[in-house]
Amino acid sequence: MEERLHLDPQKINRGREAARKIAQDVDQFIAPLTTVAVERTVARLFGIDGVDDEYVPLPNRVVDHLLEQGVLGRGVAPWLIQAMMNEGQDAQTIAERVAQGTLDLTKVPTRSEEEINRFGQQFADQQLDRIAQNRKKRDEYLATLGEGKKPYLYVIVATGDIYEDAVQARSAARQGADIIAVIRSTGQSLIDYVPYGATREGFGGTYATQENFRIMRQALDEVGEEVGRYIRLCNYCSGLCMPEIAVMGALERLDVMLNDALYGILFRDINMQRTLIDQAFSRMINSYAGIIINTGEDNYLTTADAVEAAHTVLASQFINEQIALLSGLPEEQMGLGHAFEMSPELEDGFLLELAQAQMARQIFPDAPLKYMPPTKHMTGNIFKGHIQDALFNLVSVMTGQGIQLLGMMTEAMHTPHIHDRQLAIENAQYVFNNARNLGEEIQFRPGGKIEKRAQEVLDEAVQLLEDVQETGFFEAIHRGTFADVKRALDGGKGLVGVIRKSVDYYNPMEQELRKRLQLPSREEVSHGYGSY
Amino acid sequence: MATDLTRVKPYGDTMNDGAMQLSFSMPAPYGEEAKEAARQLVMKMGLTEPQIYHMKDLGEGYTYFIVYGKCEHHIDYTTIQVPKVESQVMSFYDINHYIEEHIGRKVVVVGACTGTDAHTVGIDAIMNMKGYNGEYGLERYPWVDAYNLGSQVENDVLLAKALELQADVLLVSQIVTQKGVHITNLTDLVELLEAEGLRDRFLLICGGPRISHELALELGFDAGFGPGSLAPHVASYFSQEIAKRVEK
Repeated sequence: MEERLHLDPQKINRGREAARKIAQDVDQFIAPLTTVAVERTVARLFGIDGVDDEYVPLPNRVVDHLLEQGVLGRGVAPWLIQAMMNEGQDAQTIAERVAQGTLDLTKVPTRSEEEINRFGQQFADQQLDRIAQNRKKRDEYLATLGEGKKPYLYVIVATGDIYEDAVQARSAARQGADIIAVIRSTGQSLIDYVPYGATREGFGGTYATQENFRIMRQALDEVGEEVGRYIRLCNYCSGLCMPEIAVMGALERLDVMLNDALYGILFRDINMQRTLIDQAFSRMINSYAGIIINTGEDNYLTTADAVEAAHTVLASQFINEQIALLSGLPEEQMGLGHAFEMSPELEDGFLLELAQAQMARQIFPDAPLKYMPPTKHMTGNIFKGHIQDALFNLVSVMTGQGIQLLGMMTEAMHTPHIHDRQLAIENAQYVFNNARNLGEEIQFRPGGKIEKRAQEVLDEAVQLLEDVQETGFFEAIHRGTFADVKRALDGGKGLVGVIRKSVDYYNPMEQELRKRLQLPSREEVSHGYGSY
Repeated sequence: MATDLTRVKPYGDTMNDGAMQLSFSMPAPYGEEAKEAARQLVMKMGLTEPQIYHMKDLGEGYTYFIVYGKCEHHIDYTTIQVPKVESQVMSFYDINHYIEEHIGRKVVVVGACTGTDAHTVGIDAIMNMKGYNGEYGLERYPWVDAYNLGSQVENDVLLAKALELQADVLLVSQIVTQKGVHITNLTDLVELLEAEGLRDRFLLICGGPRISHELALELGFDAGFGPGSLAPHVASYFSQEIAKRVEK
């Protein structure tokens, strides 16, 4: 790509290198650890689904059963496999018996490591092949139906009722949307299980459940075939159930998932160990399923000033990129985030936004950058808001952003009404079409305001990353380096779900994923820490 | 032309023309029938000469309309009464000085976003050191002890913390309003306080984009602050109100 802003490649390399070391430290730290969410994900991949009489999901029952007996450090897989082999039953039946209290997984006769591994390998192959099939199916759709031009038009549905969501989503697709995101019910990120079945009530959104994923996938496939365009589906693997939701997304062919390395820590007060372990496994699943992740850098700007905090966005993009690479996620699936959140009162604010967007484009040339609309300075004056959104759209098309989360004129008022979405799509289509190749016609004046601004932001981001690397990532978070939020290594929600792996830890799903993603196996890294 | 404030109606470009703009969608398939349905609906709303200037097929049997019409109704402006927060808005320095002089100790403020609401943008704007739009937040006030409990705080947790910190003021932010969840959260807090016999122990304030002082009073709060409110508005109110109570 042509370099429209002159940015010092040495500086970019320095930033990337600092982020790479930060990511490596994180990876080393998490290698000897697992979590209840990771183990529940493995249980789901063995085919365990459904809930008990009290609506507790069976993956939770099985994992808690092992956690309570202090044997989860070995992973859920070996216990499940032994029971399946001895009882000659599938994982679902085993889980149901555990939930009824008629089977204790720790009392089942043991099997040799070799037997367990052979059985586990077979299951991992089978399940990951299923995910590969879904990926193939998406590729087929893309080949036959085609897709919208980038920036993809991304809109949100959030009625709380999955069937109502499906109507709104189909309507949005007919109007031109390329990606439909189903906003989750507020609070779901902090519950340590995934709700089950189709749901018709939620607050500020709809619960992420596997059945809801299926219903929406079907609706979008149907409408996609009618309008002759593949419609992507997006949901959130963030919060306390990151990897479980990632696997549900992989099994139901979601295309885009929110997944940020730091978001849960900073903005939901989830324990940092928990989040970092969970995100690593969830990103492997996302990666293998061909799912584009969206990181959440826009959140840095909702509380801090977008002009002052611009470099924290870039620093976080570097960190998200490097952490994602360790999960085997290719650049093409990294929807690194940023946002158009500067005050509309600012003189030349548009120039600063343009600088930020173009800078991100050049530093991450292969990433489908995810650009978030104005929210903080939306006022209820819908007419002005519509213009703010138009300027946001103009920056996007000029700088070749990948995914455009469409701004709604009624932002800050209510979740979008059906016509809010239509007007937003019309706005974006008009601006994108009318200025499609404007970016290619423009060169930024060397040494001008826009170029200088980008250079300054890059300088500050590199400085920040090198400081963080020096201090240590965990200590930096503890000191409130990111978003002015201080989080302790042992603080926050979900720490009890962090488990040290024992020397005989076995996770066939991760092993096979690593193999297929061409990542080094965990055993090579982790055994050094076995006696931690 | 002098306006008759006892008979006020919408204005476009001619006094009493009643000009209004509306936009809405209906679950009716795009076409002439939908247009007629919109026209009739607008007439039923008390608008004459409705003009459907724009309509758009939203698919799935829905249609969007932009309509202009002339409103038949009028309002007597002179009889209107709106409850307002009755305190004089002071500056950061004046508020601190006022607390020092009239209360003589720090005012303890505990704030939170309650229920399942995860949006801290409102409470942060009022409470965080940095504040919002050039106005410092309460954490910056030397004569205020501000504790921001963050988001998704249950009402009973808020109350327990308020008792522990010996709070003077409870500040509750509600952003998510879908299906009236903000009303439920706010009402629950008042009921909890009343059940515990603690309602008069605290000055109870709520805020958010869909909160008005009138609504706050209806729900049993002492005051409510709507969009655009900043720390000085809230702090001016509670310092003067507490001073009033102290001086009684």
